[in-house]
Amino acid sequence: MTSGDVKQLVWGAILLALAACVPLVANGYWMSIALTIAMFTVLSTSWALFSGPTHYISLATAAFFGVGGFLVGTGMSDYNTDYWTMVVIASLAGTVLAFLVGLATLRLSGVYFVIFTLGLAEMIRTLVSWIQNNFTGSRGLYVLTDLGEADIYIHLVLVAALVYLAGWWIARSRLGFAMRIIGNDEMVARHVGINTAFSKVILFTFSGFVASLVGALIAPRYTYIEPNGVFSPELSFIVVIMALLGGTGRLWGPIVGVIPFALLQEYINANYSNYSTLVLGIAFLVIVYFLPHGVLGRLEETWAKRRRSTW
Amino acid sequence: MVETSLVLAVQNVTKRFGGLVAVNNLSFDVSRNEVMGIIGPNGSGKTTMMNLISGALALNEGTISLNGRYISRLSSHEINRRGIARTFQLVRILPSLTLLENAMAGMVFGHQRLWGEQARHEASKLLERVGLGGQQSVPATALTYIDQKRLELARALAAKPEVLLLDEWLAGLNPTELQEGIDLIHSLRDEGITIILVEHVMDAIRSLCDRCLVMAAGAKIAEGRPQEVLSDPEVIKVYLGEDI
Amino acid sequence: MDIIITGLLLGGTYALIAFGLNLQYGVARIMNLANGEMIVLGALAAFWIFVADAISPILTMLIVAPLSFFGNWLIYRFLLRPLVRRAKNQGQLEVDSILATFGMAFALVGIMVSIHGEYYTYSYLAEPFEILGETFALNRIVAFCFAVLIGAALWLWLYFTRTGMAVRAVSVSTEASGLVGINVPQLSAIAFGLGGAVTTMGGTLISTFITLDASVGVVFTMKALIIIIMGGVGDIRGAIVAALILGLVETAVARLIDPGLTLAAAYAIFVLILLFRPQGLFGRKPS
Repeated sequence: MTSGDVKQLVWGAILLALAACVPLVANGYWMSIALTIAMFTVLSTSWALFSGPTHYISLATAAFFGVGGFLVGTGMSDYNTDYWTMVVIASLAGTVLAFLVGLATLRLSGVYFVIFTLGLAEMIRTLVSWIQNNFTGSRGLYVLTDLGEADIYIHLVLVAALVYLAGWWIARSRLGFAMRIIGNDEMVARHVGINTAFSKVILFTFSGFVASLVGALIAPRYTYIEPNGVFSPELSFIVVIMALLGGTGRLWGPIVGVIPFALLQEYINANYSNYSTLVLGIAFLVIVYFLPHGVLGRLEETWAKRRRSTW
Repeated sequence: MVETSLVLAVQNVTKRFGGLVAVNNLSFDVSRNEVMGIIGPNGSGKTTMMNLISGALALNEGTISLNGRYISRLSSHEINRRGIARTFQLVRILPSLTLLENAMAGMVFGHQRLWGEQARHEASKLLERVGLGGQQSVPATALTYIDQKRLELARALAAKPEVLLLDEWLAGLNPTELQEGIDLIHSLRDEGITIILVEHVMDAIRSLCDRCLVMAAGAKIAEGRPQEVLSDPEVIKVYLGEDI
Repeated sequence: MDIIITGLLLGGTYALIAFGLNLQYGVARIMNLANGEMIVLGALAAFWIFVADAISPILTMLIVAPLSFFGNWLIYRFLLRPLVRRAKNQGQLEVDSILATFGMAFALVGIMVSIHGEYYTYSYLAEPFEILGETFALNRIVAFCFAVLIGAALWLWLYFTRTGMAVRAVSVSTEASGLVGINVPQLSAIAFGLGGAVTTMGGTLISTFITLDASVGVVFTMKALIIIIMGGVGDIRGAIVAALILGLVETAVARLIDPGLTLAAAYAIFVLILLFRPQGLFGRKPS
């Protein structure tokens, strides 16, 4: 480890500790926003661990997130299982699902991969709603705990710490190097001895695990779990927008997109709720046409240019 | 020929693309420390043969073995780990990585598995060797076409391969560069690397190859020492047409 | 029998929509994920004009087609063409066009919601019609007939005109077409516009027998993609067969099992196709 590596770890720890102090100062309204930001920070950052280097745009986040939330709801309402037991089961189930999806999608790339992940999430959503409506429907799924928003927030900050630590480690490992090579040229990657399938499945599974864990941990916030809500494809799109808006070139890129976009959404939903879809559309277009490497990429370009011009 | 000196054995290999037979029942052996040339007109299946050895394509029939062990059912990353490295006909560098990282890419996952300071050190030595010294942190996209070819060779050598596949690596070089390239391949051979090269540059074939194989329409039409093979009337006919 | 005919009638309209997307993807090389929104736009226009002035959707279709052609032509020319130009490779273009067309899809949904946020309900030719002793809604049959007509016209254009031939050439090889003097950017824009126009007309036809709303576009995008991938990209014959299969399966599942599972069935076909035959039902395995 170089001194730079250690410095990054220390800074990361300090910032996360500060983030953990938010409940001490925030009131109900801001606590709720902080919770949303924490949730999307974890989801976007773990999404970018896989999709950043490979440029595979996964829209399966909602599937894993939904499995997390839905299983916690089912376990607690239908089987009277304890909350924490269900969190463990739900995140394990999400991990297994992500592993299987990862294996299945290995041969797909580009638009086929995007559509497959979206189609899969939608299929799971319609199936779960159908089962819910026809077999278990009448009772509804309640997640009743004594956890407040501040508690859930702390849980998510802990998961964020885990994701950042994993990302920090990956960037310094052979796995991270392999992912960068795969993102450049998969054919070359295979010919320098990289087991591309293995590397991709590992990271896809990790991001699926994180998404299902977040889905499970955030469930107490909603109290009542509705399949069409937790499996909503909109979540997948928002995660993609936030990560790309910030920039996936660096580990802390996504959070640069998460904070402003979460605040913007909060404002739009409160004042112009009819336009929330339009805003998503415009966000995509802004990313493609003005910020192809995210805010961070744009800043880095500007810095590089300035440095060159002062020479 | 002593049994142990056989490195690569290609036996009755056939590769079809739909109705087209790109490689037709081809067999040849390559001995340790030999430089083997594969020549033939465009579309005769040379590159396809390279792709079959490196595992980029799966063959339909036949076997390929390295040191007596079958590799023809393995995927390309496993073949690379067994000690076969290659360059590509259309040069493939890793554009968003630096030169040093490009060279390192070859040694981290494959036949020799180095990492960290040691890998950086070895990679910079290799860059030096192919003539790209002192530019370690330059992005790979900044290189000229010729330098990209050098970089690709450095990446292939980084695996410390037993067998090196060069697919038209000398194509497009000017006379000075060509001589440098030929000297470089000679020196690799002196280190004990077995080399299979696909090439159109006949001067290179003559001065480098111990043996060469001539392909036409997917099949072998001649095999032997370059001087003999290149004066074979059948080979001349294939290259220059019927009426000569 | 009833299921088969209803399924085939539905499949006919699906085939038309897939034809539009195929034209856009095959020639302009842009997978237009806002395709479904073009359908909804066609439906919205039909509903709007029908409710306001009681004008037949068939007439509306004739008004909508040139508008949609022009709109899609503009989209290609000013939004997508820059992406094609800046892309260093096919992979980057693919990612950019996915994000850009998703953006357009969401933006269009947002605009359509603000125009009319509820279902586009209207009643046109909802009369019984008898085939082989069983009754079907007349609007479904009319829609099917027009879908066939438009599809046939398009096919004739593709195979018996100069421009049509150039369009087919571009779909085989963009580079080679450029080399033989075909103006590829211009043709791509035309094909993109035409694909959009066909899709919108399909939307107008669908709205006569299925009630749509602003947010339903993504479902149709998925259906069109299912058909194209199942039929094999660029394969018109395959797309027609795939569309009929999808129409049949959806109708059968809705009638025999549960209407709530129609969507799940469509997605299941899709996931299975991608897993086991990503090159399409009739496509050859790429080596």
